Amino acid sequence: MAETSLSQSQAQAGQAPERSLRDRIAGKLYRSEALRGYLLMSPTMIILTIGIIIPFFILVMISMWTRDGFGFDTTLTLANYFEAAEKPIYGALMQRSFWISGLATFFTVLLCYPMAYYVAFHVHKNKMMWIILMTLPFWTSYLLRVFAWKVILGFEGVINSGFMSLGWIEAPMEFLLYSQTAVVITLAHAWAAFAILPLYVSLEKIDKSLLEAATDLGDGPVARFFRITLPLSMPGVIAASFLIFIPTTGDYITPALVGGPDAMMIGNLVQLQFGPMNNWPMGGALSIALMLWICAIALVFLFLTRKAQEKLT
Amino acid sequence: MSDMGTYIKRPNRALQFYALIFLIVLYVPVLFIPMFSFNDSIYVRFPLEGFTLQWYVELWAREPVWAALFNSVKVGAVVSIISTGRGGVAARAITRDRVPGRAAIVTFIMMPLVIPGIIFGVALLVLMSQLGVPLSLYTVGLGHLIVCMPFAVATLLPRFEGFDASLEEASADLGENGWWTFWRVTFPVVFPGVVASLLLTFTISFDEFIMAFFLTGTDPTLPMYIWGQLRFPQEFPSVLALSSLILFVSFILVFIAQYIGRMGLDDEKNLA
Repeated sequence: MAETSLSQSQAQAGQAPERSLRDRIAGKLYRSEALRGYLLMSPTMIILTIGIIIPFFILVMISMWTRDGFGFDTTLTLANYFEAAEKPIYGALMQRSFWISGLATFFTVLLCYPMAYYVAFHVHKNKMMWIILMTLPFWTSYLLRVFAWKVILGFEGVINSGFMSLGWIEAPMEFLLYSQTAVVITLAHAWAAFAILPLYVSLEKIDKSLLEAATDLGDGPVARFFRITLPLSMPGVIAASFLIFIPTTGDYITPALVGGPDAMMIGNLVQLQFGPMNNWPMGGALSIALMLWICAIALVFLFLTRKAQEKLT
Repeated sequence: MSDMGTYIKRPNRALQFYALIFLIVLYVPVLFIPMFSFNDSIYVRFPLEGFTLQWYVELWAREPVWAALFNSVKVGAVVSIISTGRGGVAARAITRDRVPGRAAIVTFIMMPLVIPGIIFGVALLVLMSQLGVPLSLYTVGLGHLIVCMPFAVATLLPRFEGFDASLEEASADLGENGWWTFWRVTFPVVFPGVVASLLLTFTISFDEFIMAFFLTGTDPTLPMYIWGQLRFPQEFPSVLALSSLILFVSFILVFIAQYIGRMGLDDEKNLA
């Protein structure tokens, strides 16, 4: 009896600090919002770490391997990067990717700006419906939207066969499909929603009384636009440019479906290295090089726009 | 509305015309797909030959289409539930708990939006091959999770930001514990966001091709199946029919998602 009570009390004595530790943890969790927040977020962060950070480091690692027959030589070297820098084909494709994406970005932002302006300033009822209407196609299959352009621009596609049956042209226009123009058109159409949203948000935020003030002080509509509206919506323009330029540089579906050999982009080359050419290290090196170039271009672009804004204000 | 100058209210005919053209150009290219899917010819060209449902009937009898459809639905359902669940919890933590480094965390979650999909695709492919994990629907699902997470968080964040934290506090004061406070107060308020996020992430996963291209094993998803068929010109009409069905379903799901997702938010703005 005495023994059991002793062992019980020992057990209690043993339990007590443990429980208080647990209480302390629970108490900390209850009081510290930051800790609780991190704990709640941790599964999401783990998923994203497995999906983003670890693969990225492994990609960097494999890019420093080299192909060795059918396998890979795992000694770390920068040979792939030197090869990418020296062989003209890689540089040319990289340059062309940036050129095509740059053109697509420019036209998308230019064409979407008036639309975003219209909804922000001239639509007063059912704004939500307008925004949904403008962004709806963006959520549907990218592959199918590109495919639609193949149907339209094809040798016997909608435009050629339509114009021929109307008697406007004698023979199909060959420049439509499998050209850089086709890629730029398709990209601009596919990414319009990505430009519309940031443009709309930045335009919507503009204090309308500034526009009235400009009018009261004698500015006409054109001067008012260039002196108030455009500078104040620049953050939206910059955001839209980034949101289109960066993802499109790595695109390979559009060039593969409507581009043809003249419009092959760096994404197609990466895909080839991971597919038929089976040179994963080179593909990895090209992906990393693409990311570095994107970062460099983005930084230069940001620097220039900031300089331009400083000059204006 | 009264703070807007009268000159702004004046309708601008040129802009109205531009908006109309813009919407037409946005939608018409996609509409050619269903139009030609009813055309009685294996060539996709004008003039139209006549109305037929033949391509849809053929599609119905195809075993691989059904298999691919089920693969896509499976992946989409799992991905939408996980990304909405985890995204919702993360969105709540970001808005409610004062976590340091909030901006950095949001940037990190949103990263897949701006980094070219091909880089994520090949990086995950390399990881899987190094780990010796065979490519399957699970690897596709992981890829889709990365793509869908930003959209889930972006859909749910405004919901948590828009609602009054004192509601939760009141519930706690009245004696509810954390669990029931969540189910009886928090969840009903963010419910439209949850539905919108589920529909949106499902559609994104259902339509996703770039990740699937690198991560699919032997079981293709529906977009992968279509990609495979694009090589054969004689399959063009049935691809058009299949694409029309996918577009139709996607448009409806996304429309509902966007409508539900924004509805409550605008109401609150009007009330405020």
